[in-house]
Amino acid sequence: MNALVQPVKQFKKEQIQHATDDPRWVRYTLISVSLSFILLFLFLPLGLVISKAFASGWQAYWDALSEPDAQAAIRLTVLAAFITVPLNTIFGLASAWAITRFEFPGKSLLTTLIDLPFSVSPVISGVIFVLLFGAQGWFGEWLIAHDIKVIFAVPGIVLATLFVTFPFVARELIPLMQEMGSEEEEAALSLGASGWTTFIKVSLPNIKWALLYGVLLCNARAMGEFGAVSVVSGHIRGITNTLPLHVETSYNEYNSVAAFAGASILAGLAIVTLVLKSFLEWKQGRRL
Amino acid sequence: MSILIENISKHFGQFAALDHINLEIPDGELVALLGPSGCGKTTLLRIIAGLESADEGRIFLSGEDKTGHHVSRRGIGFVFQHYALFRHMTVFDNVAFGLRVKDKKERPSETDIAKKVHNLLELVQLDWLHDRFPDQLSGGQRQRIALARALAVEPSVLLLDEPFGALDASVRKDLRQWLRNLHKELHVTSIFVTHDQEEAMEVASQVVVLNKGHIEQQGAPADIYDHPANAFVSKFIGQTNVLNLNEDNVIWLKTAGIAVDDSKGNVAHIRPHDIDVKKADADSDSPVTLKDWQHLGSLIRVELYRPQDNGSGTYLFAEMPNERFKLLQLNRGDRVALHIKHAHWFNS
Repeated sequence: MNALVQPVKQFKKEQIQHATDDPRWVRYTLISVSLSFILLFLFLPLGLVISKAFASGWQAYWDALSEPDAQAAIRLTVLAAFITVPLNTIFGLASAWAITRFEFPGKSLLTTLIDLPFSVSPVISGVIFVLLFGAQGWFGEWLIAHDIKVIFAVPGIVLATLFVTFPFVARELIPLMQEMGSEEEEAALSLGASGWTTFIKVSLPNIKWALLYGVLLCNARAMGEFGAVSVVSGHIRGITNTLPLHVETSYNEYNSVAAFAGASILAGLAIVTLVLKSFLEWKQGRRL
Repeated sequence: MSILIENISKHFGQFAALDHINLEIPDGELVALLGPSGCGKTTLLRIIAGLESADEGRIFLSGEDKTGHHVSRRGIGFVFQHYALFRHMTVFDNVAFGLRVKDKKERPSETDIAKKVHNLLELVQLDWLHDRFPDQLSGGQRQRIALARALAVEPSVLLLDEPFGALDASVRKDLRQWLRNLHKELHVTSIFVTHDQEEAMEVASQVVVLNKGHIEQQGAPADIYDHPANAFVSKFIGQTNVLNLNEDNVIWLKTAGIAVDDSKGNVAHIRPHDIDVKKADADSDSPVTLKDWQHLGSLIRVELYRPQDNGSGTYLFAEMPNERFKLLQLNRGDRVALHIKHAHWFNS
């Protein structure tokens, strides 16, 4: 009796070839290619950075990071991000709002120009500021006359970082705000809400995850930027060296512990960014 | 509250969406703005709301000139085709929104707000959903919440932009009736936009037919149906057979009981239910044959065909009750005699 009730035969799941599946060898080849690529170009260097940073032990690592030049580099990096990220958040919000909610002449030009820092080499961005504010630049004489230092000083670094990172917030917001349309905001206005109340209570909650995502990417780039900052900084130790520049200077001086200790902080920042980014993507995906 | 629309025009680039519209809507009416897509009906509604501004003309609500007033200061309630509920708020918070954003002086206390919101949710029969989020509701429920939200601020005018446009046919039917009953209860002057003539006739007390930025006709649904002002309205409202009065048609129409009079016009519009069909006698010279028929529920739509000398022919549609069609015992290809009870005449 029992034998009748039993299923005819148990197939193992992987034995069944589904019509929609690609052949197994294709799947395995693609998976192993991408995994080994990530291993070779991501985990190997990352592991190397960390092992080199700790090559001479904890104490050396700690000393390398607490020496005054390294501390100054970290402070400058944080300062540059502290100024540029809020400014670019405001700029990103304003331009995304303008592009998705208003009709005005030059709108498509603005949309294109926002992407400019993505398409221009960072070195060129740096050179632009040297041409504008350097000793031989357009405003050079005036700046010297008024004893204002921009190039080879902190303002230049902030300006270069500002330029390189300004697309991030706007880029995240524009597609989302386009897709959402303005009906919810119109509804809020028709219910008697003021423009500001509508922004705070309706628009902002709808875009907050995308906004945070943009701010996060903006911050990561602001702290990690090398090319543009390198041109305008002048590499003055302890004064105009940001963390990425500090890494380069130390490395060129064969101070590999200092170089890799700095690099490990940047790598750590990248990992934190990645984790937060996945979290924000998950949040955003759940909402939409 | 009455609405007066005075000489409103609106252009989008070269395109004239509205061309000198004048319209008066008395207090307490439920008015349908009806027209094909692109006729300017939604633009007009948005101009009344203050969500769009007119190139010229003025808007008066209750005799007060509101032309320059911001949408938040017009005292209107607006219901959107795609609901536009605040997706990050619960149903309760959505409905409470308009009360909570009032100035401190006018803002009711939270207890009063809660009481009012629950009353409104009961009015739309959805109080049991108060703690849900919009994406957990069906389309019909969302639209009723949107209506409750608009009513919360006690608007003097309720404006609805294709309120049933995004809903399933069966839900739409229920909501139409529900909206009409709600309006009877509340008596707030309301305008809704629709491209569906059946919906306009069924729900509205007044229908305004728009076409290409003009008002073609305004009146009670029955008036517009029985006395269409022009060929456009006649064709747009309900079904109609359009016959050009060439010599050939004149003679035949006379045998069908319609005396042709040049002074009335050169095109005849005949409603399908104004055509009586019966089996032709053996000696009749009626040229019309029965092509086919379709069941429309209680009615049968009959497809009639009249061949013409030049080889082409005219198709006519007639409608009659199911019972009557059974009594006639007609088959495909049978010759039939027609009696046309009524026609509208227009000049083309």
